[in-house]
Amino acid sequence: MAERRNGMEMVAEKAIELLIRICGISAIVFVFGIFFFVFREGAPALAKIDLGEFLTGGKWIPTSHQPRYGVGALIVGTLSVTAVAMAIAVPFGLGAAVFVSEFCGRRTRETLKIVIELLAAIPSVVWGFIGLSVMSPLLIHGFHVPVGVNLFNGAILLALMSVPIMVSIGEDALKAVPDSYREAALALGATRWQTVWRVLVPAARNGLLAAVLLGVGRAIGETMAVLMATGHSIRIPETLFDPVCTLTATIAAELGETSKGSTHYQVLFLIGVLLFSITFVVNLAADLVVKGIRKR
Amino acid sequence: MGVASSIRFAAALAAVAVLVAGCGGGGGTASGPGARTTIANIGSDTMLNLAAAWAEAYDRVDPSVSVEVSGGGSGQGAAALINGSCDVANCSRKLEEREAGEIRSRRSREPKEHIVGYDALSIFVHRSNPLEEISVEDLGEMYRDGGTITRWSQIGVTIPGAKGDAIILVNRQNSSGTYHYFKEAVVGKKNEFRLSALHMNGSKDAVELIANTPNSIGYSGMGYATPEVRQVRVSRKRGERGIAPCAVSALDGSYPIARPMFMYTAGEPEGALRAYLEWILSPKGQEIVESTGYVPRPAR
Amino acid sequence: MFTATPQVRRKARTEAAARTFFALMAAAMVVPLLAIVGYVVYRGWPVLSWTFLTTNPTHGGTQGGIWSALVGTIYVVFLSLAISAPIGVLAAVYLNEYAKDTWFTRVVNLAVVNLAGVPSIVHGLFGVGAFVYFLNVNGGKKSILAAALTLAVMTLPVIVASTKEALASVPVAFREACWNVGATRWQTIRRIVLPNSISGILTGVILQVSRTAGETAPVMLTGVTTWKMIEQTGLFLYHPITDQCMALSMHLYYIQTQASGAPKALPFAIAAVLIGAVLVVNAASIAVRVALRSRRKW
Repeated sequence: MAERRNGMEMVAEKAIELLIRICGISAIVFVFGIFFFVFREGAPALAKIDLGEFLTGGKWIPTSHQPRYGVGALIVGTLSVTAVAMAIAVPFGLGAAVFVSEFCGRRTRETLKIVIELLAAIPSVVWGFIGLSVMSPLLIHGFHVPVGVNLFNGAILLALMSVPIMVSIGEDALKAVPDSYREAALALGATRWQTVWRVLVPAARNGLLAAVLLGVGRAIGETMAVLMATGHSIRIPETLFDPVCTLTATIAAELGETSKGSTHYQVLFLIGVLLFSITFVVNLAADLVVKGIRKR
Repeated sequence: MGVASSIRFAAALAAVAVLVAGCGGGGGTASGPGARTTIANIGSDTMLNLAAAWAEAYDRVDPSVSVEVSGGGSGQGAAALINGSCDVANCSRKLEEREAGEIRSRRSREPKEHIVGYDALSIFVHRSNPLEEISVEDLGEMYRDGGTITRWSQIGVTIPGAKGDAIILVNRQNSSGTYHYFKEAVVGKKNEFRLSALHMNGSKDAVELIANTPNSIGYSGMGYATPEVRQVRVSRKRGERGIAPCAVSALDGSYPIARPMFMYTAGEPEGALRAYLEWILSPKGQEIVESTGYVPRPAR
Repeated sequence: MFTATPQVRRKARTEAAARTFFALMAAAMVVPLLAIVGYVVYRGWPVLSWTFLTTNPTHGGTQGGIWSALVGTIYVVFLSLAISAPIGVLAAVYLNEYAKDTWFTRVVNLAVVNLAGVPSIVHGLFGVGAFVYFLNVNGGKKSILAAALTLAVMTLPVIVASTKEALASVPVAFREACWNVGATRWQTIRRIVLPNSISGILTGVILQVSRTAGETAPVMLTGVTTWKMIEQTGLFLYHPITDQCMALSMHLYYIQTQASGAPKALPFAIAAVLIGAVLVVNAASIAVRVALRSRRKW
């Protein structure tokens, strides 16, 4: 009797373990699934368009009688918004990480972390809305620029959106530096300023780099905020206040209109493949950098 | 104790999850909304306000029918009709021959056109802009890729308090029927739009941007006019008298950029869809056209 | 005894300066963020009321409340988490408790990390290709289920990551003790590992509620519509397979970009509701963490 129940339990346990294994493997299925389905829809376009023109062409006129599918300007748009966003977010984000990790008491730290966690959770559509209705008039009046929805507007939003992730990863990286480093620096008479610049930042270099890379990944992939706040103008920006258009915003704005299987539809999926590849590389880099720390 | 109760907690949580999923699957058919007929209505942003207003009012006319309305542009409506993902498409332009052909080949049905109202495409400028009227020719030179007009001073306009003189063009995203209509009627079939214009995602978005941007000019359905922007009179040619967009000028053809608004179905509409379209064309439905700022079909 | 030499004083000054500098860096990011959030809530406040939450929008969304959007969001969020939470937790159990360090597990781990970094719009494309067209959930039309599945794939890696972290925080000694008394691997997991990590697991899952509630781009492509009326009573307001729904995030986008004549405060109010949801969800996750942490035995 007892043996039979044992047998039943064994079977149940085996079933559960099988289920667990399947779930574990599902992650890998999904990654390949995403690539597969996005690529499957986009691949036929490769036969219809010239890949060189697709990547470098400045003309994006998908609905014309003589359509042109050049995403060069969109790539530049995405990169410029991301670059400006990072120029703002990296110093402030890492500075904030240093503050949270090195300069404040436990209570302040807990409070700050809760606030930062909260800010990380604010939906991107809310940021986009803020860009349109709050930032845009501020920029017009503050900087006397003709258009309020522009590169700078989008970049500020992306900076604010990627700071939380930088602070939390950056703080982890600084925490991982052994206390003996700090003690040694202090014993040598270094000020905390010197400790931060000469000891902690070099020691936590990889982790901080990973924090930056994850911020970059987030900024490149962000959709709604840039769709609403960058002005959606297909051009190579010349000033900080030119409107631009990004890869993500183009997909969001145009996918719905295309009929399945049309070249326009396929090209939008191809942009998806491009985005997937870019963020894949960025995240992979961040992951390898983090792994590098663990090994040391 | 702690362990056991937390396991129970987890089990309860899982049970709730399964329940939510399960009820979701089966629940709908048992009660109210499952029994409701759904009409999926996708398309033009220009007509989005109007379509939503119809859907809302129809909810009281026939509560057993639920109308789902999505925007995205006329192109999206046409695409959805081709893909079979909507029942009726809103278009602020005529269905293209290519799209009609795809509906025939993929759905094996003849696309059926219903004119549900008219719109005078309005040209908007910032309220501080003194521009009173503009010709379609000049508009074309502004919006055309390689066009000659890029500064306000070229057409003799100085905007008080504005920074710089460059014209900020506000365009719509390329799924918009208004975009395609404007291209055909103003920019010219053979030409392309200037790509550096700002491509806004909604009619209201475009109008609001104009309200915030002194140097800008843009276009939208007349229903989107607000006190913060000015509508400009439009003439066919330089030197001709400009006509203000209104119901009369839209219907008699004197306003140069007026157009009908369409709804398309794949094949003759049947059942609830037929009743809905008939109601839209009835005086009740046409009243809503007027109240949302568009021009109803002329009474016969 | 101790006199402050100029050097010491200078050092103290640099010390204070460094502290102030970094505090300002932190403040420069946190203060504008809070100011913006505060401003949004302040502008939306006059519109917010219980009636606003529980009545349907009227007049093309320019009047009335947000009921159908609120309910739609709840449907999508719970349906997606009902799918991703069990799979995600079990996947984390596999990775943390079963998998040996082989090339295969390393690939799976890498896949999870990269899945978390895939842009939401690409998830949207995937949802269109896989659920709307390939699996044909609703005959080639968008549907709530397609949107929920899309979001489930999106939240899965984050749930896996947070659950893994929670599982890893349970000391190995606990497991060893359990194995020593002859418990099987699964018994150990069920009786020891899961109960002791439940707070971390729940926190991770709860935090995904606010993430899924706020997503716009992927659901816009797969299952959310601009306008759909529902009844204001009863529980089964949408049919998850054949219906599309409205959602708060999409409603904000629609009101801001398309609904002409909406009062200026209305989009602020919707944004405030979204921010409020985030606040409630985060508060809930902190509450769970605090409540369950007190039971921790190490």
